[in-house]
Amino acid sequence: MSVFVWIETFAGQVNASSWEALGAGRRLADDLGVGLTALVFGENAAVIGAAAGQYGAARAVAAADDSLAAYRLEPYAALLTQLVREHRPAVVMAAASSRGRELLASSAADVGAGLISEALDLRVEAGKIIGTRPIYSGKALMEMTSHTATTFVTIRARAFQAWPRQTALSADVSEVGAVLDSEDIGVQIEGFASEIGKVNLSEAAIVVSGGRGMANNPLEAPGLTGGEASIWKAKEGFKNTLQPLADVLGAAIGASRAAVDAGYIPYEHQVGQTGKVVSPDLYIACGISGAIQHQAGMRGSKIIVAINKDAAAPIFKLARYGIVGDLYEAVPALTKALRERLN
Amino acid sequence: MHIAAFTRSTPDTAAKVWVDDDGAVTWGDIAAVVNPWDEYSLEETIVQATRSGGKSTVIAIGPELHNDALKHSLAMGIQNGLRIDARPADIQDSLVWSALAAAAIHKLADVRLIVFGKESVDVGTDQHGFQLARRLGWTMLSCVSDILAIDDETGIIKVERMLEQGKQTVSAGLPAVISVMKGINEPRYPNFLGIRRAAKAQIPVWTAASMEVEPPAAATTVLAYKNLPAREIETEIIAGQDVDEKAAILAARLFAEKVL
Repeated sequence: MSVFVWIETFAGQVNASSWEALGAGRRLADDLGVGLTALVFGENAAVIGAAAGQYGAARAVAAADDSLAAYRLEPYAALLTQLVREHRPAVVMAAASSRGRELLASSAADVGAGLISEALDLRVEAGKIIGTRPIYSGKALMEMTSHTATTFVTIRARAFQAWPRQTALSADVSEVGAVLDSEDIGVQIEGFASEIGKVNLSEAAIVVSGGRGMANNPLEAPGLTGGEASIWKAKEGFKNTLQPLADVLGAAIGASRAAVDAGYIPYEHQVGQTGKVVSPDLYIACGISGAIQHQAGMRGSKIIVAINKDAAAPIFKLARYGIVGDLYEAVPALTKALRERLN
Repeated sequence: MHIAAFTRSTPDTAAKVWVDDDGAVTWGDIAAVVNPWDEYSLEETIVQATRSGGKSTVIAIGPELHNDALKHSLAMGIQNGLRIDARPADIQDSLVWSALAAAAIHKLADVRLIVFGKESVDVGTDQHGFQLARRLGWTMLSCVSDILAIDDETGIIKVERMLEQGKQTVSAGLPAVISVMKGINEPRYPNFLGIRRAAKAQIPVWTAASMEVEPPAAATTVLAYKNLPAREIETEIIAGQDVDEKAAILAARLFAEKVL
């Protein structure tokens, strides 16, 4: 028996929330009185497996076969399922990223195991894992447990802490091969347009978001009127007003659904019920009224700051600090004040 | 080509959802609507079925509440509706749900593509679709932001996927299960004719017994539903002579909170 944690990598680098999953796994393993094993597939697997020792894993299983170099669901799920059948771990965990969610759900179906997805909190009671997770877009919570010998768990980014790093430690690595032959894998990756270097919204410690109010940019839109002028003004605002604040803070850029639907910024920035859920230490909402759909995506933030012209906007009810005023005056002033203090 | 989409009825996105004194989740008198993420999968199902000159079917698993989502789907333009009658607990557990869903797909026999929305907001997860693909032994392509091509002759589907690190282009053979993102299309509003057609439609109801399947025992149990912990917040509206002073005070507050 042990706790397995799949360490997600991309281009040979570990995604930070995998160390959080390993930390959560370490606490469960200690409570269950079992060992902790990191599973690393793909490029750099053995090196990353050994490094998992610094974050709480005693052992690591590394699989570096060429067919596993870039993540694909089929070969990864086949290997994970085989490892679970061989070793019968008490728990299999991963970060609830798009890959972690599909990989664990698929393998759980293979072995007929219960899955607790997007856990915000985990505890052990009488040998059972009990997970708390959000439902109805984060408007309520559910406590659940699984009855099967192995329980699969994915965890929300930033809900759990990584194990305090101990650089002198190293995990004991055993290497395994792939389960599927290359020719048996149906999915072919034909291209990848990397957007690496951008701060990942779901994992960001600070998020700066813009809403409908971004269209109130005092700049003149050259030769444009009506809706086209609003789009131009809002895009300029995201680029030249919000981005400088995000750059000073190392923050990711978010947006409300209203801003996305109006064409001010691409969908991947949307925070809320039909966008991403974020839980940063600091969330700065600029020109966002704070509809219930938006709140669903950001109310887990530690400190919320609202900047809005309308003192009656619902966002102020969630905010710890507010500035009632024009974001196009307040944001540059805040950027300047923070830059001076941070330098 | 026969394309199927799964959907559910969920509370309207603007609805307040809470846990009542009996420990049940409620959203008061507000009407149930189609799961918001499914508007995109239903639209894509209609678009692709029309393009290939094929059939479209929308399926919901659960009690009668889910007829609302089926009727909305039919009003949008999906050709056939189907409800698999099941208890709410069966929709909650993804292993039970996926066994029922797989049985329906087997019984329909000629489905080649299944389209899901990103997740179901009621259960707050996307695991149901992944587990259906696994039970069917079909290829799963999640996070699809664009269908680049479906070749009906060769049975190859080529899509663009939006992942955390960028956009990936992949191809795979049908049959397949895909989940689509918001932004893949502009979901249509049902028109008058569609709404009238949907209102008249008799939606067939299947059961585990009528599909001759014995669903597995649930692997999970819900122990309790809980309201969110109250956010005890005292809001400080920053006061100052001018915007520069307000900004300086706010910056000082944020440093004191140790969030920078």
